[in-house]
Formats: sequence, C-alpha cells, structure tokens
Amino acid sequence: MWLLALCLLPAAAAVVTGAAPSPRVTRWRVGALVGTAGVHLALTAMLWRLPPQHALNGWLGDDALGTIVLTLTSVLFFATAVYTVGYLARATPRGGRVFVSGMLGFLAATTVVALSQHLAMLWVGLEATTFAVAPLIFHRHDRRSLEAVWKYLVLSSVGIALALLGIFFLASAQHGVPGDPLILGDLTAHARELQPAWLRAAFVFLLVGFGTKMGLAPMHTWKPDTYGEAPALVGALMAGALTSCAFLGVARITQVTTAAGLTAFVQPVLFAFGLLSLATAAAFVIGQGDLKRLLAYSSVEHMGLLVLGLGLGGVGTYGAVLHLVNNGLVKGWLFLVAGNVVLATGTSSAAGNRGLVRTLPVSGVLLVAGLFAVTGSPPFGLFLSEFTILRAAVDGGHLAIAVAMLVLLAIIFIGMAVLVMNVALGEPAPDVRPVRESAWLLVGPLALAGLVLLLGVYLPGPLQATLAHAAVALGGRVP
Amino acid sequence: MRTTAELLLLLVVLTDLAVLGTSRLRTCIRAVAAQGLLLGLLPLALASQVTVHIAGLAAGTVLVKAVVLPWFLLWAIREAAVRREVEPVVGFIASLLLGALALALAFAIAGRLPASDVREPLLIPAALATVMMGLIVLTTRRKALTQVVGYLMLENGIYLFGLTQTESVPFLLEVGVLLDIFAGVFIMGIVVFHINREFDSLDSARLSELKD
Amino acid sequence: MIRAHVGSSLAALAVLFAIAPALSGVVVRTKSAFAGRRGAPVGQLYRDLFKLLRKGTVYSTTTTWVFRAAPVVVLASLTAACLLLPLDGEASLVQFSGDLIAFAGLLALGRFALVLAGLDTGSSFEGMGASREVTVSSFAEPVLFLGFLGLVLATRGLTLSAMLGPALTGAWAHQTASLALVTLAFFVLLLAENSRVPVDDPATHLELTMIHEVIVLDHSGPDLAVILYASALKLALFAALIVEVTVPRDGLGLAWSLAAFVGGLLVVAVAVGVVESVMARLRLNRVPQLIVGAGALALFGLILLLR
Repeated sequence: MWLLALCLLPAAAAVVTGAAPSPRVTRWRVGALVGTAGVHLALTAMLWRLPPQHALNGWLGDDALGTIVLTLTSVLFFATAVYTVGYLARATPRGGRVFVSGMLGFLAATTVVALSQHLAMLWVGLEATTFAVAPLIFHRHDRRSLEAVWKYLVLSSVGIALALLGIFFLASAQHGVPGDPLILGDLTAHARELQPAWLRAAFVFLLVGFGTKMGLAPMHTWKPDTYGEAPALVGALMAGALTSCAFLGVARITQVTTAAGLTAFVQPVLFAFGLLSLATAAAFVIGQGDLKRLLAYSSVEHMGLLVLGLGLGGVGTYGAVLHLVNNGLVKGWLFLVAGNVVLATGTSSAAGNRGLVRTLPVSGVLLVAGLFAVTGSPPFGLFLSEFTILRAAVDGGHLAIAVAMLVLLAIIFIGMAVLVMNVALGEPAPDVRPVRESAWLLVGPLALAGLVLLLGVYLPGPLQATLAHAAVALGGRVP
Repeated sequence: MRTTAELLLLLVVLTDLAVLGTSRLRTCIRAVAAQGLLLGLLPLALASQVTVHIAGLAAGTVLVKAVVLPWFLLWAIREAAVRREVEPVVGFIASLLLGALALALAFAIAGRLPASDVREPLLIPAALATVMMGLIVLTTRRKALTQVVGYLMLENGIYLFGLTQTESVPFLLEVGVLLDIFAGVFIMGIVVFHINREFDSLDSARLSELKD
Repeated sequence: MIRAHVGSSLAALAVLFAIAPALSGVVVRTKSAFAGRRGAPVGQLYRDLFKLLRKGTVYSTTTTWVFRAAPVVVLASLTAACLLLPLDGEASLVQFSGDLIAFAGLLALGRFALVLAGLDTGSSFEGMGASREVTVSSFAEPVLFLGFLGLVLATRGLTLSAMLGPALTGAWAHQTASLALVTLAFFVLLLAENSRVPVDDPATHLELTMIHEVIVLDHSGPDLAVILYASALKLALFAALIVEVTVPRDGLGLAWSLAAFVGGLLVVAVAVGVVESVMARLRLNRVPQLIVGAGALALFGLILLLR
C-alpha cells in the first residue's frame, strides 16, 4: 500500500498540475510541487521503519538497494523542490505549465524504477524518465537547448531500446527455468539454471542500454550538452537521481550474473567501461570552460567509479553503494549552487564569472567546498567511498586499476580545481556588487552539503545496515 | 515458404532494405508503415489460437505503428517541406551493402544462439537484422526525420524479438512498450518541428553548436 | 560436351532466334497500349532489319577494323551464350562444369566489342555512352553472379543445364522465397543490361538519357541490322533466362514445351513493357543504387538458402 502510494502520488500530482488550465507557473503549482515532495519524503522515511513491503503481486518491493536509491531520490527531489520556489520567482521558463508536471512525472518514474522488482517494469520507469525530463531540458526553446534535447532524445531512446532488447534476451535466458519471469528474486534464486549464452548477451545489452542513461563512456556524449543547457535544478535531478536509478538497473543485472557465476565474464567488461569513463572525464575536464559542463564530466567520472566498484566485488561493492549515496547528494549540491551562479550572473561559463566568493558569498564558499567534496577530499563522504573502492582494487590484486584510479582522480582534481578557483577567487568585475541571496535558493544546497559532511564522519546505524544488506545482495562484503 | 509467419518476416526484411536503399522520405515512411502493418499481423500468424489479448495487441500495434505514427511523420514532412534525403554519411550504395552485411551477420549470430523458439526459426534473425538496419539508418542519415524512422525500425526489430517471449512478457508490458514508442516518436516529432522552425532545415549537421 | 539428342534444343534455339525481334515489338506494343495508341506492328523490327540489310554501309574515316569487326563479335558471342542455356528446359547444346562463368564472359565480350567500337569512332558522344554502359555493367555483373550462386545453392548443380533444368522445379517447392528474390534480381538485371527504363530510355535520342543507343550511333546498313538484331536477341536471352528460372518445363512433350517457352517469353516482354510504362527513368547516379538494391535482394535470397 505504501509502495503504491509512493508511486501514484507524484503521478497524480503531475497529471493535475499538467491538466489545469492556466499555462503559467502559478503559485499553487509550485505549492503542489513542494507539498508532494514533502509527502513523498515522509512516506519514504516511513519505509525505513516498516518491515519489507510488497505490492502488485511481487512486482514492487523495497529491498535494500531500492530503498537507498528511493531515499536518495526523495531527499534530492525535496531539496530541489524547495530550490524551485526561489528559482521560479526569478526565472520564468518558456514551457511553464509543463515544467512542474514534468518534474513530478520524473519523481513518479524514478520511484517506480527504485521500487521495481520486475525488470521490465524497471525498464518502463526508466524510459518514462526520458520523456518526463525532455521538456525540462528544452525550457528556453532556443537553438542550443533544442540541439541538446535532440541529442539527448536520440541517444537515450537508442540506449533504452537496446536495454529492452537486453530484457528480452534475459527473458529468453529464463525460458524453462522455474519462477516468475523477469522477477529479480526468482532470477537470482535460479540463476545457475539460466541459459548462459542468452544471459551474457542480456548483460552486455543491459549494460550498454542502462549505461547510456547513466552516462558511462562512450555513451556519455549527450551529458555535457544536456547538463550544460538544462536549468541547473534539472541538472541536479538528472545527475543525482536519474543516474542513480540507471545504475540501479546495472546493479540488478550484475546481481543476477553474479548469482549465476558469470563473474569472470562480467568483471572485465565493467572494468573497461569504468576505466574508460574515468579517462574520458580526465581528458575533457582539463581546459573546460563551463561550470555545468564541468559537472557533467564529473558525473561521468563518478559513474565510472560506481561501475568499477561494482566490478571489483568484495568490499568494492559496499564502496559503490556508499558512493551512490554520496555522489547523488554532492551532485545535487553542486548543481544547485551552479544554478545560483547562473541566476546571479546569467551565465555559467568561466569567462563570465569571477570572484564569486565576493559577489555571492554563500554560494561561492559552497562552490569551493563542493569542489573538494566531489573530488574526494576528506572530511567529505566521497573520500570514504572512493577509498573503499581503492581498497577493494588493492585487495583483489588489481594494482593496475588502483594506480590508474589514483592518477586519473588526481588529474580530474587538478582540472576541476583550475576552473572552480578561477571562477570563485580573483577580482570580480568592477561593476558587479555582492548579491543578497535568497533563503529559498540556499537552503537546499546547504542541507545537501551538510548531509555529505555528515556522511563523511558518521554513518547512521540504519543506513549502514541497509548499505551492508545491499552490498551483500550484490555479491560483495562489508568492510 | 512454409507458413504465413515466414512470409511476413521475409516481407519485413524487404521493407528494411527498402528504407536503406531509398532516398525519398515519403517512401521511407511508407515502408516503415508497411512494416508496422506486417508486425501487427505477426502475433495473429504465430499464435496457435487467437485470444482476445492477441487480437487486441495486433490491433493496437497496427493502429500505432502503421497508422498513427506514419501519419504523424508525414505531417512533419509537410510542415518542414522536405522531400529528399541528402546523401547520407556513407552513401546509399554503401548503406545497402552495410544492410546486406547486417543481414548476413544477423543470420550468423542467430545460428549461434541457442534457439529458445523453434516455432518460427526466421523470427530471431529477422529481429536482429531489423535492429541492426535500424541502427544503420539512425547513425548514417543526416535528416532528423530519417533518424526518427531509423529509431522506429530499431523498435520494430526489438518488438519482433519480443514476440518470441509472449509468455514471459505479459500483455500489459507489451502495451507499455507500445505506449513508450508512441510517446517517444511523438516527442521526437515535436522536437523535429521545432528544429525545422529554428534552423529552417532538418539537416542534423546544423546541430553542431555545442561541443568541447 | 555436346548432347546426344539435339533435336529439341535446336528447335528451341531456332524459335529463340526467330522470335527475338518480335519480343521487342511486343514491348513497344505494350507501351503504346498504355499510352492509348495503337503503336507499330509487332513485326516492325523484321521489316527494319530487311530494309537495313539491303542498304549500303558508310564507315567513318576515323574508324579502324575494330569498328568493322564489332557487330560480328557481338552477334557471335550472343549466339554462343544462347548455346549454353538449356532452352528446351532439360539440357543445353553445350554444357560443361562452370559454364555459367563462360556465359557471363561471353556477354561481357559482346559488350566489350560494342564499347570498343564506340570508342573507336573518336566521338566524345559515343565515349560518354561507352563509359556509362561500362559503369552500369560493372554493377550488374556481380548481381548476375549472385543470382547464379543462388541457383547453384538451390539445385547443387554447377552447369547451367543442371541449375536451370529439372532440379529447379524441386527446389522451388522448398526455397520459394529465395528463388523469387533471385528472379526479381534477374528481372532488374534484364532492365539494366538491355538499357530499359528505369535504367535508360531506348525511345529517346537525347544526350541526357542514352546509354546503349548512343554507342551504336555510327553503325549503318547491314552492320546496324546486326547490332539491332543482337540487342533484340540479348533481350530475348535474358527473358529466356527468367523463363528458365520460373517456368518448369521438364516432362512436357516438344510442342508443349516450346509453347510454354514462347508463352513465357511473351509474358516477360509484356512485363517489361508494363514496367517501362509505369516508371520514369532514374537519374544516372541513382542507377547503381537500383542495381545494388537488386543485388541486396539476391544476397538476401542467398542467405536464406545458406541457413
């Protein structure tokens, strides 16, 4: 019942806000947005206290990993919803009415993905996110956003279509095996009886398909354009929540293949994609001139780390799940701060911004702190998760991977630091005076930053237990 | 030709080749519409007995893939006033040769996969071939509308593959997939409309402002 | 090796030689019917040939012996190719393993002689036609081989007689789709090699549209008669190939076999006329596309045979 409520509430809200007559973004719409986000967060919090739930004959269920992704999405969405209040007071996107209902539709779709135990339903949810987000990217109705949304649509649709083919391959693999078709629990229980040829093909296609939605290299080419042109809060949702949901898809199929004993096949593939993503991010971060595009490449980097951790197994799986949480929160934080920058100065490029610490004091400091957080410095949470993944590499004897990781992460840190320091420090242009920043715009990023800091020093008990469960389900172990 | 299903599948592959080889946009869209019709008839030909579900699925597929989506794409052509495709990135002859290569590859790969469906041995190769040829069209054509046609072909191929799994993938999900495709092409069509308005052309080579 | 019972083969060959100009007439008549005219009588080409045979020949001073030899070579190679086809439905007059390559080679020889004659005149007009003709054939010949390969796979025979003979009837029952595709490819080849619409328009004499017509512009008198007869024979030859692939004639008596043969040829001629009437000529750079499309179809048929 709870699960159904979680899925249907945002969907209903999306329909209501979309169908109502007035085409502009009115107050009640924004109110509905924040209200729905709040109720969603409350319901998600309830899930932590209740025993595991099921719905729709086992198609929906909150297992450990699903709960984590759901909570991450809910928290991010709430922070973004609060931010939207301040954002929409200052900027009016051209697709006004669609904006709020698109966001709510996004929430509904990601909830379905997080709670799905039926893999085809997970696919449907992920495809629905593509459509929910497309009008949000296209908000300015100008050439650049048009180009961005076109590339996003084409690449995402192709990727998700290949993922569907992977789902059908998986169903073929399950032919004749006992259990409900495409239900995760039955798949893992009877994994050894699955047809290995079909299962391998399914893994490759699902990795490529879901990887396109994640933004793994070499399927990442839509990311910089999309994150660069979409409004920053949409970027926060995509980089934080959408990538996590796509990673959930990859994790599910890896769960099945690990249970089937195909680790020897799966591991090199995951390593390849992970290292390629890290290398691509490192290559493009150097000399980057735009803040939001920089964050897009950072997202590619972290997706690579997630996949690496998943492939390494052992402690790496735990690190990957922890990193999922940390990365989502940090991306939300940084994108919302970037949004503040754009609202204040009109551009996110390095050329147009200088001395942000002076002109936008809170956002500037948050930006610099965010730089350190996203590149994995202590005391922020990402340090712990990246270190755990590194440890797994060393433990497993993959020293080359560990060294490559360190080198590439260092390069990325330098590249990002150059841009962020350029933007944050230095002398502001003489005619620019300090801007008083609205509380609405700051609450979200500050809260997210606080969470990341907290997770760096102290992991709450229930969270640690759930992370451990998730890691074990994926075939790893707890440090 | 042993069965109706085999004939339908052969015609599907012929429509694939037609889309690859023609330079006229209207012919491309008509070929994909014909493909949608064939795909709608296939569940009826494959089923041992026709249930309400299968009939409904067939009707829905024909409606969406053979009527609504092609009509919508033809409307988009009229709006954009485009007729022909400019020479694709690899050239039409090379496209046809690539298509023939994809066909051979599809049959080769299907031969190696353990056949989970012996009802119709041509189904899996035809599905893989359509997927590959859809990808070829999607990646080598310049006009945005033709890329949408390529996407439709890709989805058709995947749908074909799904027909081997009618027990595992229940009716509801087939409907869900159909709706997704409908929504996808619809949204793409709207974007194409905007592209035409903004750039006065559907040549996707113009969409090259954003880069690093 | 030469077959023992040559009677039926010779009869069929004689029928083909006799009826070739009539087939061109049938094509013209069909096109006229589509256009609402009565058109020239079916035997018009016979009258043209007799008229030309009685005329004198004019040779340009720029030409050499190549130009004089060409008509003879063309007709001779075509006749030799006819000997290789099993025109009576069972066996040809001359057959040996791999004679399908000889068949293609003889056609190529005829084409080569014609093109050389065109170049020999030194006129840029004919040179243009020559280059176009060779372009079209360089695309068409692989398709011919693909079609033959399909027949070889379907019937497991390596001579034209085995490929087009009684074994083919059995193959049609099992491999209908592949053989249908091969037939379609052969039909497109017929249009391409004989310079029919949509590859070329035999009715016009404009620089834009000519491929075959332009090469033979300089021939006159009996030479021209031989060339015209040779092109009619080539059309008949390809039509006979299609009839061989589609019409099963094994087991019929001589009279019925010949009747079926002639009937099939007429059907093909009418089909060519219909296609010429409903389609427009393609732009020259689209012609390879058409032929490669036919090749893709033949390849598809091949793949179906291989699995």
